[in-house]
Amino acid sequence: MPKVTMTVNGRAMKAEAEGRTLLSTWLREGLGLTGTHVGCDTSQCGACVVHVDGAPVKACTALAMDLDGAEVRTIEGMANADGTLSAIQQAFQDHHGLQCGFCTPGMVMAAAALLQENPKPTEAEVRHYLEGNICRCTGYHNIVKAVMAASGQDVSGLGIAAE
Amino acid sequence: MPKDGIGASSKRREDIRFLTGVGKYTDDLALQGQVHAVMVRSSVAHGRIVRIDTDAAAGMPGVLAVFTGEDFAEAGGNPAGWLINSRDGTPMREPKRPVLAHGKVRHVGDAYAAIIAETAAQARDAAEQLAADTGIEELPAVIDMEAAIADPSNRVHDEIPDNLCFDWGWVEDNRASVDEAIRNAPHVTTLELVNNRVIPNAMEPRASIGEYFPGTGDYRLTTTSQNPHLTRLLIAAFVLGIPENKLTVVAPDVGGGFGSKIYHYGEEAVVLAAAKKLGRPVRWTAERSESFLSDAHGRDHVTKIELACEKDGTFIAFRTDTKANVGAYLSNFATVTPTFLHGTLMAGPYKVPNVYVNLKTVFTNTAPVDAYRGAGRPEATYSLERVIDKMCRELELDPYEVRRKNFLTPDMFPYTTPVGLVYDTGDYHATLDKALEMADLSGFEARCAESAARGKLRGIGLSTWIEACGIAPSNLVGQLGARVGLYDAATVRVNATGNISVMTGAHSHGQGHETAFAQVVASKLGVPEESVEIVHGDTSKIPFGMGSYGSRSLAVCGSAIDKAVDKIVAKGRKIAAHMLEAAEDDIVFEDGSFTVAGTDKAKTFGEIAFSAYVPHNYPLETLEPGLEESAFYDPANFTYPAGAYLCEVELDPETGKVQVVGFTCADDFGNVVNPMIVEGQVHGGVAQGIGQALLENTGYDESGQLLTGSYMDYIMPRADDMPVFNVDYSCATPCTHNPLGAKGCGEAGAIGSPPAVVNAVIDALHRAGHTHVSHIDMPLTPARVWAAMQK
Repeated sequence: MPKVTMTVNGRAMKAEAEGRTLLSTWLREGLGLTGTHVGCDTSQCGACVVHVDGAPVKACTALAMDLDGAEVRTIEGMANADGTLSAIQQAFQDHHGLQCGFCTPGMVMAAAALLQENPKPTEAEVRHYLEGNICRCTGYHNIVKAVMAASGQDVSGLGIAAE
Repeated sequence: MPKDGIGASSKRREDIRFLTGVGKYTDDLALQGQVHAVMVRSSVAHGRIVRIDTDAAAGMPGVLAVFTGEDFAEAGGNPAGWLINSRDGTPMREPKRPVLAHGKVRHVGDAYAAIIAETAAQARDAAEQLAADTGIEELPAVIDMEAAIADPSNRVHDEIPDNLCFDWGWVEDNRASVDEAIRNAPHVTTLELVNNRVIPNAMEPRASIGEYFPGTGDYRLTTTSQNPHLTRLLIAAFVLGIPENKLTVVAPDVGGGFGSKIYHYGEEAVVLAAAKKLGRPVRWTAERSESFLSDAHGRDHVTKIELACEKDGTFIAFRTDTKANVGAYLSNFATVTPTFLHGTLMAGPYKVPNVYVNLKTVFTNTAPVDAYRGAGRPEATYSLERVIDKMCRELELDPYEVRRKNFLTPDMFPYTTPVGLVYDTGDYHATLDKALEMADLSGFEARCAESAARGKLRGIGLSTWIEACGIAPSNLVGQLGARVGLYDAATVRVNATGNISVMTGAHSHGQGHETAFAQVVASKLGVPEESVEIVHGDTSKIPFGMGSYGSRSLAVCGSAIDKAVDKIVAKGRKIAAHMLEAAEDDIVFEDGSFTVAGTDKAKTFGEIAFSAYVPHNYPLETLEPGLEESAFYDPANFTYPAGAYLCEVELDPETGKVQVVGFTCADDFGNVVNPMIVEGQVHGGVAQGIGQALLENTGYDESGQLLTGSYMDYIMPRADDMPVFNVDYSCATPCTHNPLGAKGCGEAGAIGSPPAVVNAVIDALHRAGHTHVSHIDMPLTPARVWAAMQK
């Protein structure tokens, strides 16, 4: 079986791929990077969002073979170099932006991409941008709050008793 | 607010692994030598299997085994957990639910074969071949509940002529008096409504891994379960006949449940049987399309409700007539959901003397229907709060005043309802007043004008809900037909160095038990939260447990932990008395220290723990070494959270599209351990309720094909469908019968919110002059709302 090489979270990684192997499968089964989750089979849920050459991509929409040589970042590569949570990860914990954690990797990767494109998004912009990421647990309130907080904005208007 | 322990918004420790991608969900586990299972599922809703030719599939690359229903013909059925008797005393019809369909397929997605292959792709290829080599004689599908009952020639199960599981009344003794009260009432409001079928859609699809260890004859099942002990019991005692002590069930990180992962599913038995046959780990993970077809669905009631009242809105009676769809087979709690979780709630938080519930439960050629967040209680609440709203419009009464007039008052507790529950505490006036204050009702007219300036209609809707959760006690539910107990269990193990492992029968799949339960233990023992570790989801480590559902984790499992901690403290006092040379009665335990009352003689908790394991100065004649205690806790009653929800919507009259623009929740959950987590639970529940009310529908066509089988067709709530939530839980009346005073909060949002949303839409339409619209069935899609607006 042919092998595909990509730079994943800063390291050159090589694993086998069939023609039909999706990037999500290649990361999970080829590299054992199981932080990228698969929540659907129609490219709707967004649990598998990763960054490919700096842009957010649903990893179930890309074929591994097409991405030979690409630079990929996954949730496993999001923490600070010393292992502590990055600002966006920390904001998700601080504002309870996750419950079961399954959609979280895709949500964090999408949110990080949003803040790269738009460092100070409005609440409406956050909600619109995250339309492609489904969460069944949180009702999105605390996710929106976490993303806005990570952008350095005051979220007390979205705040409630548990502040 | 405290900085840690009970009452603190401690950050969740489990978040670290989820945020860094190192959580371990079932499908994330890779095992040496593992092989892959793929299910072969029926493409027709109803059919007789006339031929399965496995030869071609079995010979395909990588294929190791093919299983069909025939291979499990001797296995037991997956049982219903609750026996319901019809009103005439006859027991419910309980057709066998096989591991794999055998003889007949009964819904689209019904698995009748499984392929095991070296890779998942090879198994999928062979599954396609096997489907082509299977002959199924298609039979007419039974889809509509009315038609199912009316046409006895068309049967989901050949031995059940009328497609009825049972015909139930609650409470039968109330029937005559309710009929009479309604006949003689000054006013009767009648409403026919549909509680739409929804698909739970936990974001992690179901997955299972079976292992068999020939050296010892042990099995191990890793699976997406909310209650691994129950799964073990069902597989061991009913389905495969594996001795319970030879089967370990592990539910690792689980990505949401909402009810759908309570139940035992056939795939779990398949991977265990295949692992034994092949001597290799066998794994199966559902694709989302399979989840839509084969996860237990929720709700699906058709109800006629009548409310009899005085002209001033004082309630006299409620009478309901409901048909509940259970789908093709009885899922484990399918029979208790529309009965004892629904009928018993039909008095709401109100003083209403006469209530009678009629229920027919119907088999159809659709996916099984079972408990989904709220389970029966949302259905009851929706019927009540919608018919009350309709009555208020008919009699031109203020909906807030009508609630106030009919609420039970705090001096009436404990209060026995006419439908068999004993409410212990509550203050429904307080939560309603709080919600009205939070929602800025006085500013509503101005907001309406602002919406109107943008061409939009605005409305506000109220729902005052109650639920009975932490279902119990075991001896009562046993009399009512439960085939399980509803206690829970915990072990608290204090290690020699003073840190603590707590084994709980609860399972956390988003609820944050690892943090909240540690807060409870830390508070009680006066130790740092970080020194307490919560262990859940593994039958080999935990004494027993009924798992997490029905808002029971803190109220029931937390109480078991509380009891075990009390035993630790009691033993610690004995050890301290010996070490301090004092009488046991003189030892006081406070803030992590055992002290001789009135003196400064003290031993820390850590010193006592060390002494228990290094018993050099220890009362060995009278006390065993070690510091580990277990407790089982069987609650004396349900708990009764309640609250008032106000929803504000904006409606586009050109398209009929409804947007929720404000949602206010004033809840009474009793004592709260972690406010941040509680708020998150309410947010998520309300979002699911808004989803049901506005977006989510499960459509089957007349041939039984699922029309909403993917996220392209089934409308999940997304970030821009949801408002900012305004949540409060300060009007707390602690539960009187559990040690934590906790009532449960997991289902509240999903119970209280759908009627608030629908009432708000009806309000918006009436304010705009569309007074002919008395009801629209959920989901209130733009098409339905727009159509209702056209006279």
